[in-house]
Amino acid sequence: MKNPVDLHLHLPLVKKEETEDMLHQASELGYKSVGIPLPKRSRQDLTDHLRKACVDHGLDLITRVDLSPKSPKDLIRDLRQLRRKFELVSVNCHSKAVARQAAKDHRVDLLVFPSINPRQRFFDLAEARLASQGLAALEIEMAPLLRHSGSHRVRLISCLRKEVSIAKRLKVPIVLSSNAHGIYEMRGPHEQTSLATLFDLESNLAREAVTSVPMSIVKRNREKLSPSYIARGIRVVRRGKNCDT
Amino acid sequence: MKAIWGKVYQLFGEVGASQTALSKIDYNKEQEILVIRCSHKRLDSTIAAIAAITEVEDEVSVALRVVAISGTLKALRNKLSKQQCRGEQF
Repeated sequence: MKNPVDLHLHLPLVKKEETEDMLHQASELGYKSVGIPLPKRSRQDLTDHLRKACVDHGLDLITRVDLSPKSPKDLIRDLRQLRRKFELVSVNCHSKAVARQAAKDHRVDLLVFPSINPRQRFFDLAEARLASQGLAALEIEMAPLLRHSGSHRVRLISCLRKEVSIAKRLKVPIVLSSNAHGIYEMRGPHEQTSLATLFDLESNLAREAVTSVPMSIVKRNREKLSPSYIARGIRVVRRGKNCDT
Repeated sequence: MKAIWGKVYQLFGEVGASQTALSKIDYNKEQEILVIRCSHKRLDSTIAAIAAITEVEDEVSVALRVVAISGTLKALRNKLSKQQCRGEQF
């Protein structure tokens, strides 16, 4: 598997040793890039420190923010403030209105539906249509599959199966991530793609969900956040007095 | 091995468990490597079950990892010894 990515590694930023352990484990498992959610008001020195720690373990750091807005208005306000500060923006959709707004908004990268209750998961056909016209991808986290058991897991798997089928039908990109809070919740890319077969995501799509799909989102955002980016299709090629040469 | 069987049974039921055709080949206690055989048609299901294991004996938190996959035991042992020579940790 070429350049696998875990877009959601929940590091305990206050505990330095556990952070190091998790980064070391991510490197051992074969990941090349990791997405680490940071606080909304995180300082640059924290990001620099994390980036250095990732580089020490041979990992590429992807800065991420997880938004949990209560209303579409809160979401729009957060996006306005935070979009240019993080390479990845994900939205935890706790209500239908927020889910619809997040799917429509081109500034949102990932849609997450954390609840296991089918009534509180809003990824239906309408949501998928909006997401397919925008830039949002559906993020599926593995940690809840590992944490739950019995009827909770059964319910979760059937929700995921339905959502994956809708996403495939309407060509919404799917991203698999771990959302691991500790080393015991971390799984290698091969294990993640195998777990995805539990909810009928084919192996080739599962492999793409761990490799090319997340990297394409990150690459697109890094280009947009670069100083040479002006607007879609327009970027600064050369600056200076003699731009003809 | 008990944990793997238990998880396969939990996720796929009796019919699914029978289709995996799991059996233990070898266990190296020092390196903590377990070699198992399974049906190649149910390889993904077996790996999913292994990945879904979060604890053994109801107490100890674990995370199992698939180190190598091969069609023959000879090739598998070659792969493992090459990885050991390269100093890769399991």
